[in-house]
Amino acid sequence: MVVRSRRRSLEPIAPGYTRADVEAISATNNEPQWLRESRLAAWELYEDLPMPSLQTEEWRRTDYRHIRWNEAEKQVRANGATLNTVPAANREPLIGEAQGGLLVFVDGKVVHNELAQELTQQGIVFTDLQTACREHPDLVRANLMTKAVLPSDGKFAALHAALWTHGVFLYVPRNKAAELPLHVVNYNTRAGASLGHVLVVLEENAQATMLVDYSSTTSETQSAYIGATELLVGDAANLQYVSLQDWNRETFEFSHQRGRIGRNANLDWIVGNMGGRLVKAYLEIELDGMGANGRMSGFFFADHDQLFDHDTQQNHNAPLTTSDLLFKGAARDTARTVWQGMIKSLPQMQKIDGFQASRNLLLSEDARMDAIPGLEIEADDVACSHAATFGTLEEESVFYLMARGIDRPTAELMVIDGFFDELLQRIPFERVRERLQAAMENKIIG
Amino acid sequence: MGAALEIRNLHVSVEDKPILRGVNLTIKQGEVHALMGPNGSGKSTLANALMGHPAYDVTAGQVIYDGQDLLELEADERSRAGLFLAFQYPVSIPGVTLANFLRQAINSRKKAEDPESKGISVPEFIRLLRSKMDYLQMDHSFAGRYLNEGFSGGEKKRAEILQMATLEPKIAVLDETDSGLDIDALRIVSEGVNRLKGPDLGVLIITHYQRILNYIKPEFVHVMFEGQIVENGGPELALQLEEHGYDWVRAKHSAAQ
Repeated sequence: MVVRSRRRSLEPIAPGYTRADVEAISATNNEPQWLRESRLAAWELYEDLPMPSLQTEEWRRTDYRHIRWNEAEKQVRANGATLNTVPAANREPLIGEAQGGLLVFVDGKVVHNELAQELTQQGIVFTDLQTACREHPDLVRANLMTKAVLPSDGKFAALHAALWTHGVFLYVPRNKAAELPLHVVNYNTRAGASLGHVLVVLEENAQATMLVDYSSTTSETQSAYIGATELLVGDAANLQYVSLQDWNRETFEFSHQRGRIGRNANLDWIVGNMGGRLVKAYLEIELDGMGANGRMSGFFFADHDQLFDHDTQQNHNAPLTTSDLLFKGAARDTARTVWQGMIKSLPQMQKIDGFQASRNLLLSEDARMDAIPGLEIEADDVACSHAATFGTLEEESVFYLMARGIDRPTAELMVIDGFFDELLQRIPFERVRERLQAAMENKIIG
Repeated sequence: MGAALEIRNLHVSVEDKPILRGVNLTIKQGEVHALMGPNGSGKSTLANALMGHPAYDVTAGQVIYDGQDLLELEADERSRAGLFLAFQYPVSIPGVTLANFLRQAINSRKKAEDPESKGISVPEFIRLLRSKMDYLQMDHSFAGRYLNEGFSGGEKKRAEILQMATLEPKIAVLDETDSGLDIDALRIVSEGVNRLKGPDLGVLIITHYQRILNYIKPEFVHVMFEGQIVENGGPELALQLEEHGYDWVRAKHSAAQ
């Protein structure tokens, strides 16, 4: 008699993809030879890398062994859903009435793609990555997973490079500015795997503001999002990038995201995590040019059995660079959150200024929040520091509001909203702020 | 008939330590009372207990407010019933603007009266808030600032009085509103209170010093010592304390003697 063990295996199990899957996706999309080859090279790398082990420092707080790959690995297939499937609030213009650009994917398929004429006229490209590979092969080939996120960054980065399903490409030429914001919506109605990509290329002195929304409809079947985001900010360029994640509660996200910032350039990067069951996100900025400036803002609210793990790095690769990181999060029920951050500099990188702060609000005794700041500074003339704080809902604050006639639930909501306000105010779109506030309030009340 | 706050034989403990040991005091709408006493005599405990702070346990006694048992009500219900406490140390609440907070406070009153109420309209609220701020010589920019965050001592106290002016209570307890104020701030805050005074407002000024009473004239002065009100009188009692300090009160009433 065979006794089957129901025990979880000790080491995480890899999804069941094969080389044939890589070839199939390349063939289906009728991809050029260089792209097919780059996918296959990444596949070889993927096969050589082990699944991230829970024994390592990076992963030991983030047990993802409850993912059921037999559900989550199946590629999400478009099912004829259209733009109207996407909730109206998620696709309305971000500012005023005018839409700068709107690119909508439902189940990984483009259902809407518009770009304002004044942006097209400037030579700005804003389209899906498959189209960009055909129409702008040189631009894509030079930048896709060659500068920011590399296939060698990890098992999931290699898998993404081999099997990415869809993506967005934004290119702003030298001295041009996308005055109106660009909006990308990733909306999934079906469970399974999607491997979405974001590639932003800002040439010298270019400027853009972009929002990427991720969400999916409720499902009992598990999903996996294995993503990569690449933000290439050229010298003196200016990018404001906001990404908001609200996956359904059976989604596991593993993503590598990296910005490279040139001389005297600015990256203002805001990341929000609300949904999903488990998120492991690497978020890194590389301050490559003298005078580069990077700001990373993160907010998250974990409830029920959610686990969010943010792994951030601020790498000062040039002198006179500044970086500022602020992550604010709350956790309730039995949720867990992890933030591990590192500021790094090389020996000759003088006059750098790096800061990181993690502010945590614990809303239940069973929730757990970890914050692990870190500095690896080899230069001596620097100003680098970090701070991590943990707090609970202050009864004195709630009482103060109640003493003015505000009932307890509303008072608690106001104090929690207030905790996040500083971060939400960094999002330059009022309607998006309101949408987030409503989502947050649902979590507080729910 | 106006509302009255009747405190009867009130005993209050903090962390099981008895602080108030049988306080009796009645304040009616239209009256101004001063409650004085040395530090640690229980004045602030009385203020917090009246407002319903959860850390203050009422172990015996009664408080009847406007005919109902005040102690049965939560802090928010007490406020909506018309009781106001100007805090000695107002907390700062990051991320909540003074305007948003006051609008919420007004709306919670409207909602309590009429569950269907949509609340005060934004333009109407802005008009109201600006007029009250002008009245207290407050810069309009305060409305957009986070509540008490980075406010100076005087600004915090002025913001408390602004809240009082906006919420129009029937009975207001001012807990050491004069502490930490320089003479100009004290004058402005006191003038604010004086303008609010009238037949519809009863005031209990809690203070350690007689100074504020030069600006806000009380009709009744009470002295608290070791958790009880031990002396009652008129304005002359405050002057007597100013001149002679609290030693005679201690000598006369100390439990040790």
